[in-house]
Amino acid sequence: MQIFLAIILGGLFGFALNKIGATNPKNIINMLRFTDLTLMKTILFAIGTASLVLFIGLELGIFEIGHLSVKATYWGVLIGGALLGVGFAIAGYCPGTSLSAIVAGRYDAIIFVVGGLLGAFAFSLSYDWFKQSGLMDSAKMTLANTGVDAYTSMFNFAPGWLVAIILAAIFIVIAIFLPKQLVKSTK
Amino acid sequence: MFSNINKLAFANIKILEKQLKESKKMSNKLPWYIGGLLLGLSILLAVTLVKPVGVSTQFVIADAIIWNQVDDSIIQKDETAKTGYSSSNKYLNKSGGKYAKNAAKPLNYSFVFVIAMIAGAFLSSRLGGDKAEGQEKQMPNVWRERFGDSLVKRYVTVFLAGFIVLYGARLAGGCTSGHMMSGIMQTALSGYVFTLGVFGAGIPVAMLMFNRKGN
Repeated sequence: MQIFLAIILGGLFGFALNKIGATNPKNIINMLRFTDLTLMKTILFAIGTASLVLFIGLELGIFEIGHLSVKATYWGVLIGGALLGVGFAIAGYCPGTSLSAIVAGRYDAIIFVVGGLLGAFAFSLSYDWFKQSGLMDSAKMTLANTGVDAYTSMFNFAPGWLVAIILAAIFIVIAIFLPKQLVKSTK
Repeated sequence: MFSNINKLAFANIKILEKQLKESKKMSNKLPWYIGGLLLGLSILLAVTLVKPVGVSTQFVIADAIIWNQVDDSIIQKDETAKTGYSSSNKYLNKSGGKYAKNAAKPLNYSFVFVIAMIAGAFLSSRLGGDKAEGQEKQMPNVWRERFGDSLVKRYVTVFLAGFIVLYGARLAGGCTSGHMMSGIMQTALSGYVFTLGVFGAGIPVAMLMFNRKGN
């Protein structure tokens, strides 16, 4: 059953990544340099609507909270995010879109994935060092109260669904009102 | 006379064909909000039915499978470990050998998810989604316009970019799909911190590299 779901859910995710143009490095680069923010609007809208339905569904008891999985926050998240951001801007690929771009016929995505395999390997070797450096000391925190005891909520004074709905609404509003272009392309 | 009519008809057909092609191109481009709903649905279904989407961990699993071919201490059966597997590498051995186990049994949810993701992207690209044609296959034009046609230049850069992207993703404990999309959807603080890092570094780099006139 799990494998069946993996095929359906993975297939849908990959289909969506390609369909919205995230497998095209041009769209990623143009998003980051503000010449075409269509992909940004798409992603913000996706996160906003998914979050809205998720928290309403959790509140109504339609979805199980057991499926939630919140990642830890630690200094490495910020530093690692910045490293990823640099490569993301240079190449126009992230881990998921590079794999998906290969089958859209992009040869440079293959090279990116090979570099990625080596990068992940290098991290496996340096993990112990990071662990001892304190950069990995972590806590699992959320903004909205999810009802999961292991996750500390930052806005505990308000009901979780309310905080989540407000955040989701902010994302949806930004997605709608963000202009498609903030900087004119120099081309 | 007949040949003239033929020519005219032929020209008309050509125009029609062109129009059809253009209208097809237009319809293939989804409005951003439909694309957003599609992507939103895919990450929502994943978190409600199984668990949040994640990709970058599977680079580690693929590495471990290859690494174990060279050094078989990388994936070991271990009765004393929580998962039944252990590794001589501390990263693969963490959480009771979780990664070592997944590498020993790649037919697990997360690994199959990523394989299926690639298949799904293939399907979409053949059904009018994003598909590289001609010169776009080698490198995106946005790169070519600024840095020229050199394949070596693009490929060396992309190789290094891939390296730092996956190194960064593993240091952060996730990538765009896991931290940014799935994380923020659950209002995880880590998702916001990660996104701050990605855009804080990515936007200036993209601006400096690509927002200037070509050479």
